[in-house]
Amino acid sequence: MKQPIYLDYAATTPVDLKVYKKMKKFFLFTGIFGNSASRSHQFGWDAEKAICKARKNIAQLINADPREIIFTSGATESNNLAIKGLYEFHKKKNTHIITSQIEHKSVLDSCRYLESKGCQITYLKPNKYGMINLNELNNTILPHTLLISIIHVNNEVGIIQNISKISKICKNKKIFLHIDATQSIGKLKIDVQKLNIDLLSFSGHKIYGPKGIGVLYVRRRPRIRLTSQIHGGGHERGLRSGTLPIHQIVGLGEACKILKKEMYNDILHYSKLQNLLWNGIKNIEEIYLNTYLKNSVSNILNISFNFVEGESLIMALKNLAISSGSACTSSSLEPSYVLRAMGIKDELAHSSIRFSIGRFTTIHEIEITIKSIHLAIQKLRELSPLWEMYQKGINIEKIIWNK
Amino acid sequence: MTYSKKVLDHYENPRNVGSFSSKKKNIGTSLVGAPACGDVMKLQIKVNKKGIIEDACFKTYGCGSAIASSSLMTEWIKGKTLKEASKIQNTAIVKELNLPPVKIHCSILAEDAIKGAISNYLSKNMLNKNIKKYK
Repeated sequence: MKQPIYLDYAATTPVDLKVYKKMKKFFLFTGIFGNSASRSHQFGWDAEKAICKARKNIAQLINADPREIIFTSGATESNNLAIKGLYEFHKKKNTHIITSQIEHKSVLDSCRYLESKGCQITYLKPNKYGMINLNELNNTILPHTLLISIIHVNNEVGIIQNISKISKICKNKKIFLHIDATQSIGKLKIDVQKLNIDLLSFSGHKIYGPKGIGVLYVRRRPRIRLTSQIHGGGHERGLRSGTLPIHQIVGLGEACKILKKEMYNDILHYSKLQNLLWNGIKNIEEIYLNTYLKNSVSNILNISFNFVEGESLIMALKNLAISSGSACTSSSLEPSYVLRAMGIKDELAHSSIRFSIGRFTTIHEIEITIKSIHLAIQKLRELSPLWEMYQKGINIEKIIWNK
Repeated sequence: MTYSKKVLDHYENPRNVGSFSSKKKNIGTSLVGAPACGDVMKLQIKVNKKGIIEDACFKTYGCGSAIASSSLMTEWIKGKTLKEASKIQNTAIVKELNLPPVKIHCSILAEDAIKGAISNYLSKNMLNKNIKKYK
């Protein structure tokens, strides 16, 4: 069977061949398989050495110290550790956290959990482009605000938040700053020193590394103190116990090494294809771009096709692997909470599709995508009573619908 | 979401897509659902003097199950009397299409569309007294 064209790189990426080749050496008896916690023999020392090297590669990508890199199972766990861990350590004094309505579920649900423990949370509403208003952010800061946790690049629409300005606010008011960088790593340059970030999460499987491995950057100077969420042998400076998955760590290290070298080529590639895709479909009638191109990463395009429902469009575009809203929520019937928070009408949110481009996307694939979209939209609009009404000049907003 | 073969078939080849002129007296029209909820169905029936649904057509904005449910419903009501058509229940649609639980809503919408089109036809033809009977 011919595979569909993969345009869901924001959900996950395949492992880069160079990464895979490197990882292969870390499974068998003939390779490096030891437990890096074994300090009494060569197998353990070899494993430790490989992990050190990977840690260095990862740290270099974000200009951190290798000792500031804590391995987790992915960005979801990193976000949990950062938010819950920081709160638990400081809860006697500071009990207010500021975040936004367009965070990943792992941040939102961690915050909801802390609310049940008595923590006060402010969820900032973004503007229509998905941008957080910095004045509003300033105004919601309380004397007991502990943390501001903000997603660097939103996974559904690709909007970039102004981290350097948010960071300045945090430093002035002595508030910790956590950044969810899952979608920004590899698409934007991130320098944790320059940006003065205290905690930063990301995962391997969005950057052509393996799944099941993530990082929490934890600043050393001044030291950020967290209460660990997983207890055991005291691995990772006691912050995250569990035997280190050497193959995954080496894979992530290699993925970061490639990014350090190739990131700008990747970005150029994404921009070129994103332009091609958008220019190929933007003339379709009643199409709305939910990605604010002036301030977004170049690999994500979120588009609403009015009068066509998202899921049926995905079915019509069966030669494309795409998602409506975020992949994590596509099993629910509710329209995307991100688009809703941006003030996009429910009907347009129901009609939205996210295309995300990656390192292995080709011009040819984008050309096929453009053709497929035109055909599918035409087919589904012929089926749509709303399109028929729109063409007859009936104002759909004025109809009283029985919901 | 994995759909049954029947849903996919109706989605790929929807039956009876189109529109009749809603001004004509022998046509009953219904429009159910809401754009904000992600589903809107328009059903039209053409009724002959004997009270039999001679023809039916639909247009649907919605997911694959909504489109399949409306396509199936047009097939089922054609040739039936108004009374017979009004007895079609959503559970039969769910069973025939093997709809997943989250999509039962689509079958309810289809049932509502049938009832709505019949009552529209009856009220147009001043058969208001009969409407109750078909509800």
